[in-house]
Amino acid sequence: MAAKGIRIEGLKKRYGSGETAVDALKGVHMHVAPGEVVGLVGPSGSGKTTLLKCLGAVIDPTAGRMILGDEVIHDDGWKVRDLRALRRDKIGFVFQAPYLIPFLDVVDNVALLPMLAGRPDAEARSRALELLTALDVQHRAHAMPAQLSGGEQQRVAIARGLVNHPPVILADEPTAPLDSERAMGVIRILNAMAKRYDTAVIVVTHDEKIIPTFRRIYHIRDGITHEEAGEGRSP
Amino acid sequence: MISLAGRDVLHSWGKFVFTGFGLGLLIGVTLVMAGVYRGMVDDGKALLDNSGADLWVVQQDTLGPYAESSSLNDDLHRAVRAVPGVGRAANVTYLTMQVRRAGRDVRAMVVGVAPGTPWETPGWPPHLVAGRQITRSHYEAVADIATGARLGEQLTIRRNRYTVVGLTRRMVSSSGDPMVFIPLKDAQEAQFLRDNDAIWRNRRRTAANPVFNRPGAPGLLAALDSTQTASTSVNAILVRVAPGASAAELAATIRRWKRLSVHTRAQMEDILVGKLIATSARQIGMFLVILAAVSAAIVAFIIYTLTMDKIREIAVLKLIGTRNRTIAAMIVQQALALGFIGFAVGRITATYAAPHFPKHVLLVLPDSIAGFFAVMAICILASGIAIRVALKVDPAEAIGG
Repeated sequence: MAAKGIRIEGLKKRYGSGETAVDALKGVHMHVAPGEVVGLVGPSGSGKTTLLKCLGAVIDPTAGRMILGDEVIHDDGWKVRDLRALRRDKIGFVFQAPYLIPFLDVVDNVALLPMLAGRPDAEARSRALELLTALDVQHRAHAMPAQLSGGEQQRVAIARGLVNHPPVILADEPTAPLDSERAMGVIRILNAMAKRYDTAVIVVTHDEKIIPTFRRIYHIRDGITHEEAGEGRSP
Repeated sequence: MISLAGRDVLHSWGKFVFTGFGLGLLIGVTLVMAGVYRGMVDDGKALLDNSGADLWVVQQDTLGPYAESSSLNDDLHRAVRAVPGVGRAANVTYLTMQVRRAGRDVRAMVVGVAPGTPWETPGWPPHLVAGRQITRSHYEAVADIATGARLGEQLTIRRNRYTVVGLTRRMVSSSGDPMVFIPLKDAQEAQFLRDNDAIWRNRRRTAANPVFNRPGAPGLLAALDSTQTASTSVNAILVRVAPGASAAELAATIRRWKRLSVHTRAQMEDILVGKLIATSARQIGMFLVILAAVSAAIVAFIIYTLTMDKIREIAVLKLIGTRNRTIAAMIVQQALALGFIGFAVGRITATYAAPHFPKHVLLVLPDSIAGFFAVMAICILASGIAIRVALKVDPAEAIGG
């Protein structure tokens, strides 16, 4: 298990070329340590989603360096060859909506990732059940996603993001559809899981309710990040 | 590794089953169409088998008696019988017409069989399912059960009535019309004898002709009149080759010395399948092509729609590291599952529907196997569009923005 979090140095992203080129990211610097949960906040059009896509190895940055765990994944145009395997093994995703696979039951939704990584089914399910137990949804292990409440679905989505023990989890507005109590519950879980599995967690959010819970916050505006200390309130 | 396709099918089984049922009906129609063609070929072969002949002797330069009309003098069979190598030879007439039974017309092929030994003389029905063979020279008939006739029932053919004394099964013409066997003399009359008014008008015409009605030749007019009412033609002579003789050599001999056309069994099959039902076969072939294209379009549309319904899930799957080939395999497997359900429904539907068609529908295993693989191939091809769409899905769509 890698445990060095994620480090980003001078990350830039340009869309298009010539006169119509748009610099979505103009030099992003970030570092999130293992076990740490940081917030990434910014207005619409600030470059949040572009940064998230770069961090998620979905699009290639134009320049800059990204180090995930102990592996350099981007370095000024150079990148690791198998981004798909990188996403599968080293990045956990938690989305605004849970986006669970509707035709797989809860345990298989979580176990799918280790199965895709080539783990035996029994081992993958055992690992999934362990996480579902940690997130207190083990009793719904064989339910279909449509049978779960919104909070349960989000906990299953978090379990899916954690199941391969990635060094980093990218959470895109994970509390947006939830009320305050459930939103705080999700942040509590993310904090607990980050510590338990030594995972760096970046939470992209607009949610004013949860922003005070972060110890560190990255503000992004016009493609540039600014770090500031958060209140670090207990969620 | 779990089967994503299998889980999706189980999850949305209702959608798959109902779609497969609709597709199955289309496949069923396709199989029935193929069965109609097989039935026509089978009917043709049954016609040849049931005639009990090895050679068909017909009018020179014709493809008779089934594919073209053929007319021979009925005494010609004696000359044919005398040719070395001929085991048995018998006159026969075939005429497809409306036979009246129980106040309704039934389309049937009326076969005139020559007097002889039942079960041995070519042209006679080779087996009966009820009753007996014809034993009288006139007004008895053996009918196929497809005519609806029953033993003892009266059939009206032209102006005569016939009592059904025997019943056959699967004795049909190449068009699938059931056969009615009657004595040769009656059949000749039914086929060649003109109606009374026509005979009367012809006699008047002949009598008015001074060439035929000469004062010095008093018997000439009467002789001419008698030929106009005589029925001395048959359509073919059925020949059974003597043991040890070669059918091909015998056919060549008869052609050369008797100046007649002779067709062997293989040639008759070629005539029936290659000429008589060739147009129908092409027609059915066209329908099969259209139905295959429609099936492919339906499968493609369904699989495309099912894939579009899952576009977000596919984006998530790609984002979390699912290989493109896993996603492609899921779509192909679903298409194959749909094809399998469709084929099963189609085969069952065709099996139960076939007996209710007015024509013989013959569902044969090789056609079903070929149909199964064709359906599977169509499903794989039809899933191509959906796979193309799925592989183009950007994993970034799961993140949004």
